[in-house]
Amino acid sequence: MDQNIPQVIQTVPLQYYVFFAAALFSIGVLGVLTRRNAIIIFMCVELMLNAVNVLLTAFSAYRADANGQIFVFFIMAVAAAEVAVGLAIIVMIYRNLQNTDVNLLNRLKF
Amino acid sequence: MNSIILLSVLGLGNLFLGFRRSNRLLLPAAMLMLVVVLGVNFLDWGTSQSFFNDMLVIDNFSVAFTAIVVLTALLLLPFSQKYVQDGEANLAEYYSLLLFSLVGAIMIVAYNHLLMLFLGIETLSIAMYVLAGSEKRSLRSNEAALKYFLMGSFTTGILLFGMALVYGATGTFVLRDISFAVQNPVNASLIPMLYIGMLLMLIGMGFKVSAAPFHFWTPDVYEGTPTFFTAFMSTVVKAAGFAAFLKLLVQAFPAASAQGLWLPTLTAMCALTLLVGNVGAVTQTSAKRMLAYSSVSHAGYLLIGLVAFNGQLEGASANGIFFYSLAYSIATVAAFGVLKLVSDARSREDYNGLNGLAKTNPLLAFVLTVAMLSLAGIPLTGGFFGKFFVFSAAVEKGYIGLVIFAVVMSMVSIYYYLRPIIAMYMRDADDEATATAVPVSGFQSGALLVLALLTVVLGVLPGLLAGIL
Repeated sequence: MDQNIPQVIQTVPLQYYVFFAAALFSIGVLGVLTRRNAIIIFMCVELMLNAVNVLLTAFSAYRADANGQIFVFFIMAVAAAEVAVGLAIIVMIYRNLQNTDVNLLNRLKF
Repeated sequence: MNSIILLSVLGLGNLFLGFRRSNRLLLPAAMLMLVVVLGVNFLDWGTSQSFFNDMLVIDNFSVAFTAIVVLTALLLLPFSQKYVQDGEANLAEYYSLLLFSLVGAIMIVAYNHLLMLFLGIETLSIAMYVLAGSEKRSLRSNEAALKYFLMGSFTTGILLFGMALVYGATGTFVLRDISFAVQNPVNASLIPMLYIGMLLMLIGMGFKVSAAPFHFWTPDVYEGTPTFFTAFMSTVVKAAGFAAFLKLLVQAFPAASAQGLWLPTLTAMCALTLLVGNVGAVTQTSAKRMLAYSSVSHAGYLLIGLVAFNGQLEGASANGIFFYSLAYSIATVAAFGVLKLVSDARSREDYNGLNGLAKTNPLLAFVLTVAMLSLAGIPLTGGFFGKFFVFSAAVEKGYIGLVIFAVVMSMVSIYYYLRPIIAMYMRDADDEATATAVPVSGFQSGALLVLALLTVVLGVLPGLLAGIL
């Protein structure tokens, strides 16, 4: 490839990235609020984090500032740690309930 | 900075102690570590150093809040003695996770770059997700862990999206540079993006400190989590969260144009939090759930400190938040400590479980009374001066209506804080379990006395710590 990556990213206008990331983020939020399976909720959270990653990368490329892309690495690393803990919690619940439906978790009432 | 390094290393060291067959060394070792960290922390007092290319700034503000969180953890540890006696298999891991989450708390009181805020919150939270679910076979603990985890990561997503938008509009993650870019916008078309990002960060932080309308996870999570870790959650996480919140507003968004947006939002959140927290606590029958709602209502009082914003990390607003966090943390540790001892012995967490405690354990009843009076804000306790400083900071800024509302709400709170006291002193034991004394070790009695003493000292001599920032 003879172009460098920031230039490739800049071939798409910035607001397209913002709209794309906002759409991904909204899908994630809607999923968290409406889905009932713990694993799917969890995937929607990951979708939200990836929307952030897209946005940060685009801004970073447009501003020729490395900070945003370095932030993305940290988000990916922390998200991996979160996945480890989150799946462990879901497995723990599956062992006790044989299910991962969050509606079954109603021992604690508002 | 020394305290961060020390806590990380000591946390690892503590894990190695877990290889020993016996649990007995763990508690004294963890407490000794925290004493050392507390001492080392004060070495940084009066200096202002920055680390990692200005990502972390250690100054009086961060040292003061680090002292609160470390002291709280230190005074809380004796109440985990039951785990030692029961031969809990993962005790070394629990202590290490507590130490690691303290590292996260210190990072978010000392951050100067949004990356550190994010990493600190995650370090703090991921450890707490695990601890919330530490009773693997209890469905309540499982549920609390899942709810805390899902809400926590959802919130992190919102906070991060806010950070990304702010970065897009200002081109920086450093607090002071964001503030500069907000005051001198280069490109007017980016201003809406900046404010949407700011509001998303506000919502994210609101979730983390459990301010209404983002508080709904708090009662469930606090009730289901094992009591020892609930106490940690409602003190350390809250104190550090508010310090981070204050720092964000003071250093990144002090501009008048930004204030015009976040100040009304925060004022509304504050009034709603006071209402929801206090009214919610009135109807509870479980003392633990009451304390969960009470922690929501105290988030409301602390928000008054944020609303009384004066644009710096010193003066009435910051000092009010500092004193309030300290008084609240100490009283809450005492209350949860007594509740943990009683519920371990009597296997119940409702008010009636406390019946007759004044006859069987006068010390526990006395300390819980002092804690409740401090949380209610009765004079001669630390809680009174906490409220006094926060309210007077708000009155200075002209928020008379908000303060009157808060005072009325704290009168409501007297009702539910007196219920445990009535149960302990005026009701007799109603069954065999409540007629027998709750076993308390000398170590725990000592910690309880220190907690009660600190509460009274803060209430009698508030001048010792008032205005130190």
